[in-house]
Amino acid sequence: MAQVVTSQRGPVTGTATRSKKRRPFLIDLYSTAVGKKYVMGATGIMMMGFVLFHMIGNLKMYLGAVHLNEYAHFLENLLVPVAPEGVVLWILRGGLITALALHLHAAYSLTVLNRKARPVKYQSPRDYQIANFASRTMRLSGLVILAFIIWHLLDLTFGVVNSHVGTMTGVGAHAGDQVKDVYGNVVSSFQRTPVALFYVLANVLLGLHLFHGAWSIFQSFGWNNPRFNKWRRGFATGFAAIVVIGNVSFPIAVMAGIVG
Amino acid sequence: MSHNLKNITLKIWRQDGPQAKGNFETHIVDEITDEASFLEMLDILNDKLIHDGKEAVVFDHDCREGICGTCSLMIDGQAHGPQRGTATCQLHMRQFQDNAVITIEPWRAAAFPLIKDLMVDRSAFDRVIESGGYITADTGGAPDANLIPIPKPIADAAMDSAECIGCGACVAACPNGAANLFTGAKIAHLSRLPQGQAERFSRVESMVETMDDHFGSCTNHGECEAACPKEISIDVIALMHKDYRKAKFVNRKDLARK
Repeated sequence: MAQVVTSQRGPVTGTATRSKKRRPFLIDLYSTAVGKKYVMGATGIMMMGFVLFHMIGNLKMYLGAVHLNEYAHFLENLLVPVAPEGVVLWILRGGLITALALHLHAAYSLTVLNRKARPVKYQSPRDYQIANFASRTMRLSGLVILAFIIWHLLDLTFGVVNSHVGTMTGVGAHAGDQVKDVYGNVVSSFQRTPVALFYVLANVLLGLHLFHGAWSIFQSFGWNNPRFNKWRRGFATGFAAIVVIGNVSFPIAVMAGIVG
Repeated sequence: MSHNLKNITLKIWRQDGPQAKGNFETHIVDEITDEASFLEMLDILNDKLIHDGKEAVVFDHDCREGICGTCSLMIDGQAHGPQRGTATCQLHMRQFQDNAVITIEPWRAAAFPLIKDLMVDRSAFDRVIESGGYITADTGGAPDANLIPIPKPIADAAMDSAECIGCGACVAACPNGAANLFTGAKIAHLSRLPQGQAERFSRVESMVETMDDHFGSCTNHGECEAACPKEISIDVIALMHKDYRKAKFVNRKDLARK
């Protein structure tokens, strides 16, 4: 039996067992800071998958209005007729909304924990050695990206702040159908210079967020192996660069008149 | 050849007690040999202060050869000062120039309450160690040497983490006041050795959860690795994260836990 020594700070047991009331598995895991970082990483991976495919899908705008609109129509009709129209898309969206909510909650509660861990700040300037601009600004870049997501959904998904919102007649497999004119929405949105600039800014910050986040996932999950450690920074940099270059090209292409 | 540094301005944090209000106090060291260690320079300053009837600056120190982990000090915004891979006691005045202005602050973290001036209470580390940073001892006679064969590279890797002297520089340097490098080093040390296997997963679970009671969380800045006087790699943090996850998935009956 563990010998219990009572110190000023409460009982300290003599062996590596600590009696603690256990909660259900996932809640128990999420209750620690290390567990919250797994959630940050796992939801980060889900959202990284999304931004990559979102960027690749949007590249279709370079092929012309028909291709982009057909692609949008395809997404809304995923697995039709197995599932009714839009259902699979909303299941995917539900997953992303859950991921985003968990990512935000973990970020918020870890920030609170970290503030509590140093209630009295250093009174002289710190001289950071390794921490880079991206890692030091994760909260700021994250908040700007959150604001951008809200704007972006209102603008190009729900069309609330977009003056165009029209349909066009489909061709090929959808000949005669009325499909959403996603292409027209994009063009009308980016013809507003402030919107295009905000889009560029948000995506550069997304790149910074990914530059630290995509690397950080490996440490948080404990994916550390000398065989591939040297690739981790390269992966994060490459992933961030691909997403940023792709996404930033869209408003620039509209403003330069290449798309439109 | 030794050389004398002239006109060093020290801005030292002075605080009478845990609840008192502190402030920086400026002292000028007119001349000091560059062969003096940083702590010897503070000793000389304290001699002068005592001679002048003033109160000496309180700071932690013990072995002064970089192996005990007692000295601390945030020097010019860096834990253990500007020299990599050394504790404050191994930092020498030759690292500084004439007319230098050096700011000295205590470690700052909720887990390290300030006692006086530059001295802090680091017993939160003891709480983490008490919760699992050891191997439950065998009783009986001393075992034969090399009874358990350990390959040299494994012994070396374990030693790399066992080098941790528990000085707290990782917590002090971390923008979040996290102790993941300290706890990770202790866990990696034992997890890499055969003797550590029996309690491997119950240990990581206990230690990570005790760490949570006192410290912040890791956001992978890497500042701890840069500040560590023993240059322990953040690889130990990844190992701890991996073992903690495994501990959560392992059948709890196999750990004799509920």
